[in-house]
Parts: sequence; C-alpha cells; structure tokens
Amino acid sequence: MADLLTRSHPLEPYLTALDALPDGLRVTAEPFVALAGLRVDPASGVQLRGAALPTTPNTWVPAGDGRLVWLGPDEWLVTSPGTAPEALEAEVAGVLRPVGGVAVDVSAQRIGLRISGPRARQVLAKGCAIDLHPRVFVPGSSAQTTLGQAGVVLLALDGRDDDAEFAVLVRSSFAGYLATWLLDACLEYADSAPTS
Amino acid sequence: MSAPFRTPEGGRIDRSTTLEFTFDGQTHTGHPGDTLASALLAAGRHSIATSVKLGRPRGVAAAWAEDPGSLVQIEEPFPEPMLLATTVELYDGLVAHGLPGQGRLAEVPDSARYDAVHHHVDVLVVGAGPAGLVAALTAARAGARVALVDEQAEAGGALLGTDDVLDGAPAPEWVAAAVAELAAHPDVLHLQRTTAFGLYDDGFVLALERRTDHLGTAAPRNVSRQRVWRIRARRVVVAAGAHERPVVFADNDRPGIMLAGGARTFLHRYGVLPGREAVLFTTNDSAYDAALDLHRAGVRVQAVVDARPEGSPQRRQDCERAGIRVLSGAVVTGTQGVERVTHALVAPLAAGEVGASSAIGCDLLLVSGGWNPAVHLFSQARGRLRYDEALGAFLPAEELDGVAVAGSAAGVLDLAGCLADGRRVADAALAALGLAAGEQSALPAVEATPAGSAPMTLWRVPDGGDGSTSFVDLQRDATVADLARATGAGLRSMEHVKRYTTIGTAHDQGKTSGVLASGITAELLGVPVQATGTTTFRPPYTPVAFAALAGRDRGRLFDPERVTAVHDWHVAEGAVFEDVGQWKRPRYYPRPGEDMDAAVLRECAATRGGVGILDGSTLGKIDVQGPDAAEFLDRLYTNMISSLKVGSVRYGVMCGVDGMVIDDGTVLRLAEDRFLVLTTTGGAAKVLDWMEEWLQTEWPQLRVRLASVTEQWSTFPVVGPRSRDVVGAVFPDVDVSNEAFPFMTWRDTALGGVPVRLARISFSGELAYEVYVNSWYARAVWERLIEAGRPHGITPYGTETMHVLRAEKGYPIIGQDTDGTVTPHDLGMAWAVSKKKPDFIGKRSFARPANSDPLRKQLVGLLPVDRDTVLPEGSQIVELADGGQLPPPPVPMLGHVTSSYRSAELGRPFALALVKGGRSRIGETVHVPVDGTLVPVEVTGSVLVDPEGARRDG
Repeated sequence: MADLLTRSHPLEPYLTALDALPDGLRVTAEPFVALAGLRVDPASGVQLRGAALPTTPNTWVPAGDGRLVWLGPDEWLVTSPGTAPEALEAEVAGVLRPVGGVAVDVSAQRIGLRISGPRARQVLAKGCAIDLHPRVFVPGSSAQTTLGQAGVVLLALDGRDDDAEFAVLVRSSFAGYLATWLLDACLEYADSAPTS
Repeated sequence: MSAPFRTPEGGRIDRSTTLEFTFDGQTHTGHPGDTLASALLAAGRHSIATSVKLGRPRGVAAAWAEDPGSLVQIEEPFPEPMLLATTVELYDGLVAHGLPGQGRLAEVPDSARYDAVHHHVDVLVVGAGPAGLVAALTAARAGARVALVDEQAEAGGALLGTDDVLDGAPAPEWVAAAVAELAAHPDVLHLQRTTAFGLYDDGFVLALERRTDHLGTAAPRNVSRQRVWRIRARRVVVAAGAHERPVVFADNDRPGIMLAGGARTFLHRYGVLPGREAVLFTTNDSAYDAALDLHRAGVRVQAVVDARPEGSPQRRQDCERAGIRVLSGAVVTGTQGVERVTHALVAPLAAGEVGASSAIGCDLLLVSGGWNPAVHLFSQARGRLRYDEALGAFLPAEELDGVAVAGSAAGVLDLAGCLADGRRVADAALAALGLAAGEQSALPAVEATPAGSAPMTLWRVPDGGDGSTSFVDLQRDATVADLARATGAGLRSMEHVKRYTTIGTAHDQGKTSGVLASGITAELLGVPVQATGTTTFRPPYTPVAFAALAGRDRGRLFDPERVTAVHDWHVAEGAVFEDVGQWKRPRYYPRPGEDMDAAVLRECAATRGGVGILDGSTLGKIDVQGPDAAEFLDRLYTNMISSLKVGSVRYGVMCGVDGMVIDDGTVLRLAEDRFLVLTTTGGAAKVLDWMEEWLQTEWPQLRVRLASVTEQWSTFPVVGPRSRDVVGAVFPDVDVSNEAFPFMTWRDTALGGVPVRLARISFSGELAYEVYVNSWYARAVWERLIEAGRPHGITPYGTETMHVLRAEKGYPIIGQDTDGTVTPHDLGMAWAVSKKKPDFIGKRSFARPANSDPLRKQLVGLLPVDRDTVLPEGSQIVELADGGQLPPPPVPMLGHVTSSYRSAELGRPFALALVKGGRSRIGETVHVPVDGTLVPVEVTGSVLVDPEGARRDG
C-alpha cells in the first residue's frame, strides 16, 4: 500500500464560512501541526529544538520551526509544523528519557486556529475571562483558559493594537463547536441582519 | 393625541421627531428622549396600573427604577412583562398596557440575541452622575484602565433633572465635555444604558447593557439586544446616587402622588408638567427646589407642607417671594381622589400629635422624606451599613478592600460635595493602585448650596386608624398595618418582618420601601433604627431577564457538541445520533423505511453473521508512562496489570475506595514502562482526574506521567466473523491469523506510511479487531475499511447495536448496569479481582460483611416468558407470594431492569437486571410490572449468547 492516506481537518466544513467573516477579524485553520506533550523536571535544564524550556508560567517561546508552550511547572507542549507526529514524539522522548522525562504524541488531540485583526480581542473577550489587554497579554503570553465552553490554549503572537494575532489550540472534538461559536460571535459585525 | 402637559420648550427630548405608541389601547405621541412614563404624563395620564392585591389604581411615583407604581407589560415588538414605564425608553410602535401586579411571559421563543463580554479594568466607576464623572475623569487622566457604567440613556445622573450650573454653564454642557474627554482616552470604556446589578468578590461586577431595547422594531436582529458585561476591576467606585424616600400617610398610593425629585426630573429632563396644581409635603430643604421649579414652569403650587416645626426659614423666603404658601409644622395626613389625587389632607403636627386636617385641592402631591443613598452594591459586597441620625438613612460604615463609595451614595447630598468626593475617592483608588495622579484640571465651580435647615426624619404620619391604607410597599400592597401585625406576632428581625409582610420582595426589591419598613418597625418595637438595620441587599439591583443571563449559550451553543473525526461520514450515511455526554455518537443507521428496532436488529444480525464496524473513537484514552506505571495501574485496577506482557491487552475494573465499580476498560501494554488505558466514553475525564489525584496526593513518589490521548487516536472496532478478511485486506503487512495475532494482543503496522495499531479486543463476543490511528487519518482509514468490507457486506453500526451485542454477552455498561453500589463480584467478575495483590483501591471494602451478603443485588439476565415484551429499563422486579398473588403493599422490590433490548440472535427480547441474590435465582420466574400487568420473566445467567466464548477467534 504505497498510496498515501489523505488527512482531514476538523474545521474543513467551516472554512468557507470562516473565510467570509466581515472585516476586522480573520479566522483561519492552522495546517496540520505535530504536537508532543512533555513532562520533565524543570531542573533538568534540557534544551529542545534550540530553546530552553520556558519556566515563566503562561508563556511560550519559539523552538525550531514551532514553539515550546508552558503548560505547568513540569509540563510543556512542543509544536512543529514540519515534523511527522511520531517522529516528533521520538525526537523529544530521545532528549527527555535520559533525564527521566516523557513525551507523548498529541498531534491530533488538538487543532490550531489563527485569530487576528482589529476585532480579534473583542471577539475573544466574548468568551474568554482572562485579561487580553495589549499591555497584559503581550506576545509570548499563553493561557490555558476557556473560549465559550471549550477549553483552549491561547497564545499571543502579535500584540499590535490594531491588528493583534492569536493562536488557539482546541481539542479536536470541540473544533466544530468553537467554529460555530466564533461565527455566531461575529454575527453582529455583518453589515446587514442575516435572514433567519 | 395631544400632549397637553408638555412644556413649550426645554427638556432633553428631540421635539423635531414624533413617536407614536399605544398604551392600554389608546394612541399617544412622544419624542426621542422620552420614557414611556414621561410621554404618558405629557398626555396627562398618571394612572398606569392597578395594585396586585387590592386593585387600587397606581401611577408614576418616581422618574426612574425606584418607582414602585408604573408597572407595565410590553406587547410589541415582543412581549415582556413587569417593566417600569419610567425605565422604558420610548420608541415608535411601542404597544404596552398597565399591569395588575403581574405580567405575562411570551408564549413564543424570544428571537432576540443576548451575549456577554468580559472586561478588565483598573477602576470601575458605577454611575455617571457628578461624582462618577469626576472619578472616571480623574482615573482616566492618570492613565488607568477605566470603565464607567451608568444605567440611564445619557450621562449626567442627577444633573439631568436639575438646573444646576457648572463653570458658568448649564450642567449638560459640563457633562458633554466630560463624556467627550473620556471618549478620547483609549483605555476608557464608557457604557450608558448599563446597570451594574451585582458586585461580587474580588472586584467582579456584572452589568447589563440594554443595547437595542430603545430602538424598538428598528433594532438590528444581528446585534445582541442585551449584553452582560462581566467586569473584573481592581478598584470599584460606587457612585450610584441616592433614592428619594417617601413619607407614609393614609392613601399615599394614589396616582398623582410623586417623589419631589422625580417631578423635578420630569420637568427638566423631559419637558413635562406632572400636574397643574401641586402640594409639596417635605421633611427637608431639597424638595423646595421642585416646588420652585414647577412654580416657575407654570404649575400652581398650592402649599408647601413642611413637617419641621420651624420649617426652613431660608427656603420659606424663596417661596414667599414666589407667592407660595408655606405651612411649617404640618403634615399630609391623607388624600382624596380615585384615579388621581384630588385633595391633600393637611394637618398641624405638634409634639407628635396630629391636629385636625383640612383639604387642599391638587392634582399633584409631591413628597420628600429625605434621601436613601444607593448602598446596594456596597452592601452586596458585604460592606456594613450604619444608620445616620442626621440623614435618617443608612450609610456605608466601613472601607472595603477595593470598593469605595462616592457622592450621594455615600451620603454627600450637595453638588460641590459630590464633585469633590468623586475626586477624593478616585485619588485614593489611584494611590492604592500605585498610579500617579497625572495632570488633573480643577473641579468645576458650582454655586454654593445655601446653608439650610437640618432635615427631620419622619417615616410615617399617624393615620388615626390601623394603618391599613398607609402603604409602605406599594408593589406588594403592604401597609403599616401589616408591619404592626408582624411585630405583634413577635417578629423583631427585619429579615423575618420582610418575609412575613413581603415588603421589599417585589421586583423593585424595596428601593423606596426598605428603609421605611426598618424605620416604622423600629418605632413599633420602640428600638433605635440602628437596631433593626436593613435586610440584606442581594443581586440583582434591578431585574435581569433569564435570556440575558443565558446569553449565547442557547440552541446549538447550549452545550458543546463533540464530534469524532468521522462525524461527517456518519451524517452523510444518515445516522441518527445520540448524546453521550457531550459527544454526538451514531445511534443507528436507518435504511429507508426502517425504524430504530428494525435498523438495530439488522445491524446486530449483520455483525454477528458477517462484519460490522463501529466508530469507537469517543472511548477515553490515557497514556500512562514511567518506570512505576505498572505498579501504579496495579493499585488502581482490581486485577493485576503488572503481569501483562508487552504486546498484550487486559480487561480491567476500577473501583472507588468503597469497593464499588467506577469504570472499566482495556489496558494495552505498549512497553515495559508505557501503557494505553482505555476508559468508558463518559468516564474519560473523570478517570484521568482520579488517576492524577492519587498520583499527586497519595503516591507522589511513583514516577508516572499521564496524558489524555482520547482525540489523538481514532478507534474503529471491526467486528464479526468476517472481520479477519477485512482487516487482513486493509493491512496486508499483518498476519491476522489467530496463531500469529491471538485474542487480547495488539500489533503495530502502517498504512501509507502512517502508523496504525491493531488490537484483538471484543465487546461483542465476536472475532474483532480494534483499529487505532492518528485522527488526522481517521476518515481515510475508515473509508479503506468500509471499502475493503464491501464484498463482505460490512455494516456500520451505532451505539444501540453495540449495547445489544455487549448485553447479549453480559458485559455491563458502567453507569447503566451499575449505579455506584455495585461491586465487581455483584457483576459476576470475581475473576477480575486479584487475590495476589497486597493492595489496590477498594480492596479493604471487599472485606466488609455486607459485601459478601448472598442477598446483594447481582447482575443476571432476564427472559420474558412471552418472548415478546421488551421490559422498560428501570422496571421494578417483584416476586409473587404463594398463590400467585402480589404480596400486600409495600411490595418488596427485588431489583430493577438495567438494560433491555430485542435480540436478533436470540429471536426474542432479553434484559439485564440487578436482582437480590440474583445468581441463586437462576431458573426461577419473577415478575416485572409493565403498564399495569405483571410480566413473568425467567432469571438466567448474564451471558445469553455464546456462553462458551467459541466465537471470539472467528
């Protein structure tokens, strides 16, 4: 069986509608990104993909072609758009195993969304209780929070007042809910009332 | 219709636009800027509603939310009950009518949108009156993040209803400049039509913004009608103003009787004369302004009745210059009129004795008994209140961390004082936040309030009778007589008095009646008012619609719908879905003309006879890693996990500390130090939490790491005698023979370079392979399996067929066949309880004598003797007495039916049940009442299909 399996993205059914959102907000699905959850003693001092594990709570740092996201005192998420899921787990496990850490492939556990534009903060504030002010949730910040009723990992990418950009990681099974929630949240920005 | 009581000019209304509305079937007109109340008053209509118990006419008694009288029902554009005409902004096409104390909910769904927004600030200011505006400006100029919320249509607060002059210009000009300055600050959120209705711990404030109510039928449908702001503020400044307090006297509820400040607001803000001939009854200086302003506007002020023995010498002069008669040391003892007050009965008051009364004709009776600071939010935050003798009112008695009160809400009742207080409180908030004050301009200059005479505290005028028409709470028709009855019955606490009399429990929550009730109760008991205190102020400050609280969590967004990676395939195949927790799972796949029974019988037969496939991706999956992983699982499961070989699978049962089953599932040993634990769909989150709790709190020394991988791995059981052909065809690299790939083992393979794991696990008793793949590729792998299965007639089946197949084998569903009181032994799973392990969760409880009671409820099978009845799940099981009769009531219950289905394999219905001493009853006939008849059922073992297990290897 040499033929390749096609991948399917949970947000596929929503892409057209998300693409047609009114001005001020762009919501796009991130392509398939390999994710590995890792648990290791923060004192181990390991470097991953050229970066030290961030130890400041609720932050992320760039690492290789992806990011290292702080999730807890001994827990991180490593992302890589350019690595195969099982290869990422093997690579990270190879680094962590000698210091008693573990890695788990969670690539399909969550999907990523990009939310950006002048209205991005406003829309997120409709369902996210944390303070997203540009002086508070600065680029490099992350949070494990809820958006609507979906648990998410929220990353601040670009903090510009007029064009903020966020990445949202959400459990794959909640992706449709979150897309529906976002589309609904943006109804008020439509020029004319939708026909109901 | 005309508006004969509209002044020729003035007021903050747009006279160039005329709005038409209907009240009680009559058409009226008004202008933008009007409320329903002001437009009705302009038309000369005071009588709005009738009272809830007595049916007495009631009118507009105040100008805003403290009004206890003008209860209306909106009919158009959408029915909404129990609103106040004083807070309904007028719009074209409004249809409303007065209410007899209670309204009517709409019978059609509300199509308006509601939403919520979170907001964070350094300083939240509640109230955009003089104190609030100064506080907000002060904080904004210091660079603080500020929110200013105010419940009225425009900022200004009390300034909207007076003719005050600030910095030499009319107050609205100063207000407009302040609003403009706030708008220029990027970090200021200024919301009008927004009521802060609840103040909670840590500066959390809920505020309701009425975004489109005032637009009526022109409201855009895609914009939320109301929005709940969830504001988190480091400091809260409550500048909510004060409510004028009435004085209680006989027949004080007639239309045309109004708080003095309210009348002044109707004049200045709305350009409305609330009457032609007025009497003012006051206990303080502030109300004189209302009489003088109305006089200047052309109202004939018949008399000012001042309860104070000396009255107010200063204000008397003002009145005399205007030709207004002032009666000092006098009170209003009663009124005449039905639909509208016609006379005030006035009598001298000396040394607490009321003299003979005489009637003074009037169509407007203004009342002022002083001011009650709006301490609601402060009190909600658990701030203590104290009674202030001089003001006759309750004031904040302490500083709360993070909550400050400013202006008239703090008992400062003059304009200059309010402005200064706003600055003072904001400065303190900034200091607490460590923010420098920044560049502040001087406070606006205002005319000094002339030195006046002290107010007098007068709760009620004795009516010479039983007080049964002296209304304390107009909304509840509760009177002084009711208070006397309460104290007569021995009640002393205001909380008890409130509940006995219902005073303060109506939809205004006692804004005018609460303090009066405290004062009168104190008098009746002969104790100081401080001793009675107030009742507890609780949110919401004004009523909030449930729809607003629900916000967008309605319909599809009520609860997240979780779907698997193959969901769209199921939809396309016409699956009927079932809610399993938050998951949408295919329940069955009906073919044209099939009902559920027919579809499930077909799916069952096809699976047992050929091959079926299930989307089992919702099963909980937990990755367990670490050197102590095997030891950890040994402690969690009742059976031994550490002896499991890498490459093998074991079924395990998990119990709580009480020895009762909480979850079950299979465990795959992936490596010496790594396992994949499968949980039930509903138990996934709970089991992970349970594991983490033990790991973190009891066994932190174990080197184990857990991770949820539920959505990482899609899982498809391929089930039935032909499953080997299908799986073998899709994964040719795997030897799927029984010898090479035995039951309860797993093998890794790949498809198109993508890793796939296969496991010989069966939840049906049939030969079966579970296929695990990264969910990115789930849809592709599923379709390969369907394609490869086509020659074998592969049949997708849903949860209903899964349930039937497992029940036929006696496999319990935790949570359906168990209820938290069932042990593994009760389920016939003593084999899954290790006798070798030194300990595991629940082990000690198995030693309890009750656990070995032979009469415990045990899981058994039931076969209805008529081979036809499907026993309703939950049915009770009873035993007939000798003679075939039911024993006398109460009929002892032997147990209940936990699962019940039609079986294609058995050709008859069957059930699982928990039955007392069930296993010892096998072969007996017991009875199940169904729709009034007793259905005889045979008790059997729980395994009804293939008890020898001959099918699992194909």
